[in-house]
Amino acid sequence: MSNQTQWQRAEVEDFLYAEMAYLDEWKLDDWFKLFTEDCTYVVPTTDRPDGDPARDMVFIDDNHLRLEGRVRKLKSQMAHREVPRSRTRHVVTNVRIVDVTDGDAVVEACFVIYRFKGANKEPYVGQYRYRLTRQDGNIMIRHRRATLDLETLRDQGAVSIIL
Amino acid sequence: MQPSELIIDRPDEGVFRVHRSSMTSHDLFEQERAKIFDHCWLYVGHESEVQKPGEYRRRTVADRPLIFIRGSDGQIRVLYNSCTHRGASVCQQDEGQATGFTCIYHAWRFNNKGELAGVSDQEGYGDNFNKAALNLKSPPRVEHYRGMYFVNYDSGAESLESYISPVRELIDLTMDSAEVLGGWRILSGTAKYSIKANWKILIENSYDGYHLPSVHQTYIDYLMWRQKKASVQNPNPTGSDARDSSSLKRTRAYATKNGHGGFLYRAEGRAIANPSPLWPEETRREVLRVKSELIAKFGEQRARQMSEVSRTICIFPNFLFQDSQTGFRFRQIWPVAPDMIDVVQWDLVPRNEQQDLFDARMEYSLAFLGPGGLATPDDAEALEQCQRGFAAREVEWSDISRGMKRPAQMNDELQMRSFWRQWHAWLKGDPKNAFTDDIDRGAGNSLLINLEA
Repeated sequence: MSNQTQWQRAEVEDFLYAEMAYLDEWKLDDWFKLFTEDCTYVVPTTDRPDGDPARDMVFIDDNHLRLEGRVRKLKSQMAHREVPRSRTRHVVTNVRIVDVTDGDAVVEACFVIYRFKGANKEPYVGQYRYRLTRQDGNIMIRHRRATLDLETLRDQGAVSIIL
Repeated sequence: MQPSELIIDRPDEGVFRVHRSSMTSHDLFEQERAKIFDHCWLYVGHESEVQKPGEYRRRTVADRPLIFIRGSDGQIRVLYNSCTHRGASVCQQDEGQATGFTCIYHAWRFNNKGELAGVSDQEGYGDNFNKAALNLKSPPRVEHYRGMYFVNYDSGAESLESYISPVRELIDLTMDSAEVLGGWRILSGTAKYSIKANWKILIENSYDGYHLPSVHQTYIDYLMWRQKKASVQNPNPTGSDARDSSSLKRTRAYATKNGHGGFLYRAEGRAIANPSPLWPEETRREVLRVKSELIAKFGEQRARQMSEVSRTICIFPNFLFQDSQTGFRFRQIWPVAPDMIDVVQWDLVPRNEQQDLFDARMEYSLAFLGPGGLATPDDAEALEQCQRGFAAREVEWSDISRGMKRPAQMNDELQMRSFWRQWHAWLKGDPKNAFTDDIDRGAGNSLLINLEA
């Protein structure tokens, strides 16, 4: 079996849809379980969409430990920006498997994320880049990068939800 | 309400109140622009951003479109991004490197020194056409200090050096501290975000030590959790003297002439140069090596002030200089409307910082500050709730009297009163003589903190 046939777009899409449902339902513990121990979650700044945390400022550069800290924070009743929780809708589309590296699928997809809380209604728009792997028959996230198309966070103010 | 009535200031009684119309009034918002932002020194950029000939950054400073650029002659200039012909912007990119700019409207060409280099179909202008008079214009005053460039739209303003002299001692501590690592540079990547609140409450928030345990409880919990996971003995979540009421007595808030102010406190986790117990042994060794170099270069007392003390300085009206255990950064706070702020924020790093130390520095910078941090979004929420609260117009006054009757600590509000007193003085038309402290602390009052306490 060739590398390409180990990953089917349909199963990747099913995985992403399930992931987005966890986020929109605020099932953050279930969402966090999708990540490998060596995972990274990166959101670059709006002026450096190609930003690299090793040499640039980025908005978010989480490893497994920091991501767990972020989830713990968001679950707290003292996470003021998200209490009461905002209503979100993560729309993911244009899913493509762009490469297969060491058996892992490199996936790109587009996102539009709406967050409604008080006056906030402007969407986050951008592109995901994933590195997905298989562990014990389950698809897991090794790398997840959300690159915004926005030029500033003028309308959104912050990245207080998981993009 | 007259401007003179906006603040009630009675130091003897420990009373300081600000009328909340100052946060909502469109009329006062316009007065601030005309009376403050058109007369104060405003930060534009840092020399490290424009190192190569022709390198530029597009900036907006008090609504003016500017180009911060190094010419092919090596000189750094600030030019208005507006064609001298009919006004169109000549530079359309946020940053780059260029030999010059061509206006898209009628193709007038300017070189990277701002000189009018070519006019399309010049025959149409007579023999007396004076190209030199049509170079790109610069703001009336452009001055710099320690690599930081500022503009002033008032040609009669006092010099930048004089304006910032009350806090120069603190600026120099931070600027000198990176000299053994090649000096500071702006890190690539800018945080540009907004808060739906009045700009002055973000100034207050930027050096408010009182809100830390309430607004940032989740951040403190996060740090405590990290230290417990790493089996740190006697964990101190913030790594600073902000931990309890007795250690807070060792911190201080300060206020100076011209409305500058801030706070100072001892802290661990400073990449220059006081390591965190969470850092790997090798990283800690590098930090201590840097500290020993600082001691050799500047002497023990000065090196310890550089290394062990975190400093926040607000240069009036809207520039924050924050050198802390969560990194070193510049923050500009721009009023967009009475209830809207644009924030532009950069981190600075030493040019020759070891990668593991860079990683440690950025981990704490990102964990706390910035729109994706574990703290800044909660600040934004608190500020937006204040702004919504101001709609209760019958609740007229905010109280900013904390610490008025004791030596001011970082969790007091002296620094905010200093800001408001200078703000008030500008609006009343007498900015030069504002007394911004609560009491006269004497001419020899140093801005260092006592490290032996």
